[in-house]
Amino acid sequence: MANIISDETIEYVGILAKLELSEEEREQAKKDMGSMLDYIDQLSELDTTGVEPMSHVFPVNNVFRADEVTNGDDRENILKNAPEEKDGSFVVPRTVE
Amino acid sequence: MSKEYETVIGLEVHVELATKTKIFCGCSTAFGGAPNTHTCPVCTGMPGSLPVLNKQVLEYAMSVGLATNCQISQYSKFDRKNYFYPDNPQNYQISQLYLPICHDGSVEIETEAGKKSVGIHEIHMEEDAGKLIHDDWEDCTLVDYNRSGVPLIEIVSEPDMRSAEEVIAYLEKLRLIIQYLGASDCKLQEGSMRADVNLSIREVGVAEFGTRTEMKNLNSFKAIARAIEGERIRQIDLLESGEKVIQETRRWDDSKEYSYAMRSKEDAQDYRYFPDPDLAPIVVSDAWLNEIKAREPEFRTEKMLRYKEEFGIPDYDIDILTNTKHMADLFEETVALGSDPKKASNWLMGETMRLLKEKNMDPEDICFSPENLVKLIKLTDSKVINSTVAKEVFGELFEKDIDPEKYVEEKGLKTVNDEGALRKTIEEVIANNPKSVEDYHNGKVKAIGALVGQTMKATQGKVDPAMVNQILKELL
Repeated sequence: MANIISDETIEYVGILAKLELSEEEREQAKKDMGSMLDYIDQLSELDTTGVEPMSHVFPVNNVFRADEVTNGDDRENILKNAPEEKDGSFVVPRTVE
Repeated sequence: MSKEYETVIGLEVHVELATKTKIFCGCSTAFGGAPNTHTCPVCTGMPGSLPVLNKQVLEYAMSVGLATNCQISQYSKFDRKNYFYPDNPQNYQISQLYLPICHDGSVEIETEAGKKSVGIHEIHMEEDAGKLIHDDWEDCTLVDYNRSGVPLIEIVSEPDMRSAEEVIAYLEKLRLIIQYLGASDCKLQEGSMRADVNLSIREVGVAEFGTRTEMKNLNSFKAIARAIEGERIRQIDLLESGEKVIQETRRWDDSKEYSYAMRSKEDAQDYRYFPDPDLAPIVVSDAWLNEIKAREPEFRTEKMLRYKEEFGIPDYDIDILTNTKHMADLFEETVALGSDPKKASNWLMGETMRLLKEKNMDPEDICFSPENLVKLIKLTDSKVINSTVAKEVFGELFEKDIDPEKYVEEKGLKTVNDEGALRKTIEEVIANNPKSVEDYHNGKVKAIGALVGQTMKATQGKVDPAMVNQILKELL
């Protein structure tokens, strides 16, 4: 494997992804991530001189909507997706800033 | 010996755009709805929902860019800024990092120190987040996504400002430009314009910038000025005592006039920006840009020149009238309906400004129509009512936009032009106030004022004070 993932990297990625990994899972994740990067590295073999970076998979641009209200009050349905609701709001664990 | 320091300030200004709907969905942006009544799968970040850009957002952003001398990116796109916080249901904010819609602009400001240009690094479009309400009782947090997806532009300045005065002049300039464009009402108190202050200190003559802090939660010009002064002193104290300024975000508490660190940027979040695959790139043609440029309104500087030339009113009046778009529009409409410009101006910068101040209102909150203001002006011009009554009627006009003609008729406020009756009343007043009459004859010319006052009282203010004066002088 050309890409070796360090303990620090897997720890950091875990924090970003909000994942708590066991020792065993960490080792597996390091291996998986390394081989994924190896696979992606194949792209570097291509000569991309003069090729503009692609920002969208389809050759479309300027997809707009007019500034008109099309949605009404659909709170009842929207709140069905909430793990918990109270006073018409989504309830989440207390956040402190 | 203490060293001399220079304050270096750059601003990030968020402006809420005046669209009817959100940036990526057809939900209303109206303020004050019950929690989550302006939401849909898009602005609550449901899997499989597809955001589509509101064209008006793009046009407003470009109009602000053009008015602030920016280059417009004719190829632009949106990126995802990843962060984990419940105000943002997608766990990313749709914003622009790599190709912001506008860049490299400038505005000219004027302070007592003179004129200067403040550079604009970029202007990008993004979505606002939801509102979190902490429930102390239940120890949980309630989330309202009505504001999630409300369109914002973020205007990032260069670190070109050196004092609170310059910062406020810059914000005033932006506010005027954006209000004149109709792109936002820019109210700091209500949060439709929000400024974050990036500030650092360096010794005079040193080329490199010092370590900067970012100050948030500034919702009035006064709070901004106080926060700048507070942070300037805090940083100088640190440097003087041999300590270092830490790069961090601080929250200003205006009631305590103190700021505290929110989070350190060193362990800061890694936003992992990447292009948003749900949104198609934006391509702006020259023709489209020209069209937006052509729609540009008359800005304040041009308006000021025109008022002077066309209406011949004093600079003082012009300054007040053009300070908000709403006031300027009201003035122009009143004049167009046949009012003398100076008379319209007097009502607007005099009584109107006085009442706005007294009631703690903004010019945007004025409810009376130019049609009714013209009626009032015509009633005074034709001497149907006198100036005292006119003020009273104006108070009603300001409150309820009443029809002055009807109001005067119904309340019987017309000036009495019956000279015979007036003479009789004045004779009575003279007979009942011998002291004032004596004073007058003894050379106290001002004593006549008391007699005029008594006459006005006796006639319930319905007579012309000039006429009273004249008859009084005659009879005395």
